[in-house]
Amino acid sequence: MRVVAAAAVGLVSIAAAVASAAEPPVGAAACSGCHPSSARVPSPVPRLAGLDRGIIVKAMQDFRAGQRPGTVMDRIAKGFTDDEIQAIAAWFAAQR
Amino acid sequence: MTTSRRRFLTLGAAAAGLFLPARLAAQAAAPRVVVVGGGFAGASCARALRQADPRIAVTLVEPNRTFTACPFSNAVIAGLRELSAQEFTYDRIAADGIVLARTAATAVDPSARSVALADGAHLAYDRLVLAPGIDIRWNALPGYDEAASEKMPHAWRAGEQTLLLRRQLDAMPDGGLVVMSAPANPFRCPPGPYERASLIAHYLKTKKPRSKLIVLDAKDAFSKQRLFQAAWAELYPGLLEWVPLSKGGNVTSVEPATNTLITDFGRHKAAVANVIPPQRAGRIADAAGVADRTGWCPIDPSTFESKLVPGIHVIGDAAIAGAMPKSAFAANAQAKTCAAAVARLLAGGSPPTPKLINTCYSLVAPDYGISVAGVYQPSGGQLVDVPGSGGLSPTDAPRAVRAVEATLADAWFRTITAEVFG
Repeated sequence: MRVVAAAAVGLVSIAAAVASAAEPPVGAAACSGCHPSSARVPSPVPRLAGLDRGIIVKAMQDFRAGQRPGTVMDRIAKGFTDDEIQAIAAWFAAQR
Repeated sequence: MTTSRRRFLTLGAAAAGLFLPARLAAQAAAPRVVVVGGGFAGASCARALRQADPRIAVTLVEPNRTFTACPFSNAVIAGLRELSAQEFTYDRIAADGIVLARTAATAVDPSARSVALADGAHLAYDRLVLAPGIDIRWNALPGYDEAASEKMPHAWRAGEQTLLLRRQLDAMPDGGLVVMSAPANPFRCPPGPYERASLIAHYLKTKKPRSKLIVLDAKDAFSKQRLFQAAWAELYPGLLEWVPLSKGGNVTSVEPATNTLITDFGRHKAAVANVIPPQRAGRIADAAGVADRTGWCPIDPSTFESKLVPGIHVIGDAAIAGAMPKSAFAANAQAKTCAAAVARLLAGGSPPTPKLINTCYSLVAPDYGISVAGVYQPSGGQLVDVPGSGGLSPTDAPRAVRAVEATLADAWFRTITAEVFG
């Protein structure tokens, strides 16, 4: 019975690892409502996947501080903390 | 791999299969999630579930072969766009390995974790996601039943109703009176009636300039109000008249035979009447027991799991999502949050506290766009605005900014429909 329990735990934790590997950080999933996930979608809104982490962080901080003009990003950036911005930027920078 | 090791693994797997509790064994093999409703919420969720964990067996229940999107359907009514630009198939979703059940869900047995379908089949689930959108509350406005909608279209679910309203406007002689009615909150797409009024006014101004549009409203305030009203004063003076609740705007009944909308203060006989009626969550929500007395579905703001029935999640227009409006953007954002939570729960984990975004554009004219944006987080069992974030386009923006927002509205539609259906 001990073997069976170990097998079950193993299966569950593999599933958890699969789920967390693909999981975006808090707030990041909604970005693709406007920022295209696919490079094939023509849009004036930049694709974030693969963008330099520092560029995303700077843009978000400037939008938030009112130092960069925006149409909606100035309003949206104000909803995110520095830590959240760092995590979102790192996640998008790692995407391809 | 040696023979003895292979045999050991085979035995181990057999032992696991024999002794695991049934539900755990089923989940370890392939957790089953059924998603009901193939709109922005349901289709997004089905895809996001497969992305979060490709082992999840996802079935999407949707009777329609084609999805007809509501955002931008007001431009179809005004003759600025064809309905075909609103139509999307489920081919790419099926290609993702999502099973399509092309029929309606008719009942849910939460204790057996099973959904009954109109074709007689039953689907077992480990978790169920309901994304049924809205149903019209027929006769909640006296006189407005399904037959009345053939004469006085609602056009609040895109498709044939959209085209009917467009044909009626096309056929109306110059000088005709168009009357719209807007319902009390909550309803699908809070700025929608006012975008529609704007684009109908644009149609009248350019094609039938002696005509007039009256909007009878069951409310005194509405979404993006100061932006809409400033634009109306600039673009459509004397053509578009908005009548709020306090000025007698509340429609108390309609007479389809005479195309008349009736308020406490008078009768408005229309050449073209557009009645946007009271609404509720799609009927499967009621059948599943997840809708409350309001007709909408209370949910946990982190997981979108029903507060009334465990194991069932509700997303999109049907959900009571606190400060989040009933918009396509919100439905898509909720779907992705819900999918991540469902994947975590199925894997035995606990979902993180989410943050969601909404961005919603309206056209006041083809080259004049305005927007509202918001960021939301759970607080006190509800989704609330993150303090200091969100808000409307600036009131004093130059026309160039309005033109950019109209372009961004168009880009948003291309992007979101590509993500959900492309």
